[in-house]
Amino acid sequence: MDGPTMDQTQGLTESQGKIKEFLSRFFKNHDLKPEEDIFALGFVNSLLAMQLVAFVEKEFAIRVEDEDLDLDNFRSIQAISNLVAKKSGAAAPATA
Amino acid sequence: MKLELTPEQRAARGEFRAFAQAEIAPFADQWDREEAIPRELIDKLAGRGWLGANVPPEHGGPGLDMVSYGLLTEEIGKACSSTRSLLTVHDMACQAILRWGSRAQRDHWLPKLSCGEILGAFALTEPQAGSDAMGVLTTAEKDGDGYVINGRKKWITFAQIAGLYLTFLKCDGKPTAFLIERSTPGVRVEPIHGVLGTRASLLAEVFFDNCRVPAENMVGRVGFGVSHVMAATLEHGRYSVACGSVGIAQACLDACLRHAREREQFGQPIFEHQLVRAMISDMIVQVRAARLMCLRAGYLRQINDPGAFMETMAAKYLASTVATRASTDAVQIHGASGYVEGSPIGRYFRDAKVMEIIEGSTQIQQSTLARFDFQEL
Repeated sequence: MDGPTMDQTQGLTESQGKIKEFLSRFFKNHDLKPEEDIFALGFVNSLLAMQLVAFVEKEFAIRVEDEDLDLDNFRSIQAISNLVAKKSGAAAPATA
Repeated sequence: MKLELTPEQRAARGEFRAFAQAEIAPFADQWDREEAIPRELIDKLAGRGWLGANVPPEHGGPGLDMVSYGLLTEEIGKACSSTRSLLTVHDMACQAILRWGSRAQRDHWLPKLSCGEILGAFALTEPQAGSDAMGVLTTAEKDGDGYVINGRKKWITFAQIAGLYLTFLKCDGKPTAFLIERSTPGVRVEPIHGVLGTRASLLAEVFFDNCRVPAENMVGRVGFGVSHVMAATLEHGRYSVACGSVGIAQACLDACLRHAREREQFGQPIFEHQLVRAMISDMIVQVRAARLMCLRAGYLRQINDPGAFMETMAAKYLASTVATRASTDAVQIHGASGYVEGSPIGRYFRDAKVMEIIEGSTQIQQSTLARFDFQEL
């Protein structure tokens, strides 16, 4: 994808852009917004759950622990990027 | 691109093969008849570090890489599927704790599991719930600072001798995983006899009657038992079953190559008969294809690639069907001599069939794989 340009027009941080790109493989034909609830959209199933965990761990070099198993941590692009920021020890990034 | 084992992996495979052929294969038919593998074998496997072989050194295991782990599973599975199934379920329990266990659970259980002091089992299936994991009826109810568990689990591999059951149940109506010790008051274990294949894998039905377990025995969180704990655990199980299936198919191929050159009909070895040779050629090609898929799944698992989940499922689907076909053809090529009790060929045939049933049946894989978005190499 034409990453940076598109991401900037949508106001996504770099990590949010990566998360969106990953999720887009599952949510075809839908332009996912940063705050959009992926559970409410009915897109999430058990095939995605572990792949999403593996993706954020590998992409952002963090480890998702048992205490992070809270749907609110995985509810949206914004929520996932907040979790990543928290686990990376950085402050949660604001959308540009 | 490099598609070859490292010198260390090659050496490890040599060690796995030598052990399996000397200590397991010669006795596998006897254990199959007796419906049990002996305790001494389990001790030997533990002594080599092959129970919980993936458990990293900081938790007391040897930390075998995923590709080597697959080779171990193939070599053990080639010798005896019942022994392989011990590794499968024990290592699934280890995997669940490694992946989703709390720090306290990892520190407490993994050293005990990886030295074989306690054996783990995977307790999902119930009389009414198999492929539909959300349909389990076993429940955990909050009671003070712990939970009370009621229900039953059926067809649980090695449950006759396991000390720790990784149990999938409903808590507040949501899928949840618990570690339940066999010593918990209210746990009752009834052996199951007379199964068609992997007869020595000490199956049992496990009953939980008002079993009180501490809250810290929950693995993961309420509601994440299927999507996360079971998914991660079954991925490991699928990898094990896939590699074990390659082992069965390779054992069939080796036996057929030997038999077809020795057995003479119409004045020549049956190897010279084109239809026999066609079956063997197909077996060769299919074993190699299945093994390549296992190696790729193992590599992706080793590097924690998100695609490992689907590649492992695809490998399991192919390898299990290759094993059943190879074993069917192996019986065909051996004729009556492969159709009698005590023949390893008949055992391969019986053991292969269950590989298409466990860790997601062939039909579950067929209805699931098309939904994945497979990435190019």
